[in-house]
Amino acid sequence: MAKARVLIRPKEGILDPQGKAVERALPALGFEGVEHVRVGRMVELEAEDPERLGELCEKLLANPLIEDYEIQTF
Amino acid sequence: MMWAVLQFPGSCDERDALHACSLAGGEARLVWHEERDLGGIDAVVVPGGFSYGDYLRTGAIARFSPAMEAVAEFAAAGGPVLGICNGFQVLCEAGLLPGALLLNEDLRFHCRQVDLVPENGSSGRFATESVGQTTTRALSIPVKHGEGRFWAPPEMLDEIEANGQVAYRYAPGQNPNGSARDIAGVTNERGNVLGLMPHPEHAVDPLTGSTDGLRVFEALAGSRA
Repeated sequence: MAKARVLIRPKEGILDPQGKAVERALPALGFEGVEHVRVGRMVELEAEDPERLGELCEKLLANPLIEDYEIQTF
Repeated sequence: MMWAVLQFPGSCDERDALHACSLAGGEARLVWHEERDLGGIDAVVVPGGFSYGDYLRTGAIARFSPAMEAVAEFAAAGGPVLGICNGFQVLCEAGLLPGALLLNEDLRFHCRQVDLVPENGSSGRFATESVGQTTTRALSIPVKHGEGRFWAPPEMLDEIEANGQVAYRYAPGQNPNGSARDIAGVTNERGNVLGLMPHPEHAVDPLTGSTDGLRVFEALAGSRA
């Protein structure tokens, strides 16, 4: 079994209100100078056939219309 | 006329949808998500709620259910399908409707009455022409969602508009979620599948202040054939 991580994030150009909310909260906590915050999600999994992870992402883990994904295998 | 209202684990509006279907005429029955047979069904409603807990993305898991396979075949054969709220999200995930529904722009869950303007002169065969022809008045229907911001790439939006696939827009100034071009409901290119973020099934009884939602169900019933 290969261990893998899939990082999924909103596509560039799509408004990410979660990222904006995080960004706006930071100065109040003393973290100045942080910009372009984007919130996505990370899926960890173990796969027998890592070759098929791309297909799996396209069909279920990500919605390719609105999200980009990145597969990291270990 | 026989209506089917799908029911997933986590659906919550299927009872109101059943009631609305029967008021619009005919009989209505629930179809459990594991059922694969839509034999004898004239129109399908994919109701609102939180199918499969909305895990991963809204509608992402429900689209793989046996019942949705049957709905895809039903739609491909020209059968009328209405997806409401979570049902709209499911139909988008299934590729039966264009675009996607994202978190509301202001991150808040909105529950309130909105005015919906039917798009006139479009090529959609139901809910657009049939509702548009009965009145030019906006429909007063409630929204209740946290993820209802309709989004599609600009070129896809142009195409949807050019094809007459926009069925309803939020009245000016009433867009509750930041939807692109105020779009509240779209159809597929053929016009037999409609997705709607507001809830017509919650506006069918004078008790709740508006019966405008019934017109959506009547238009769906009238679109058969």
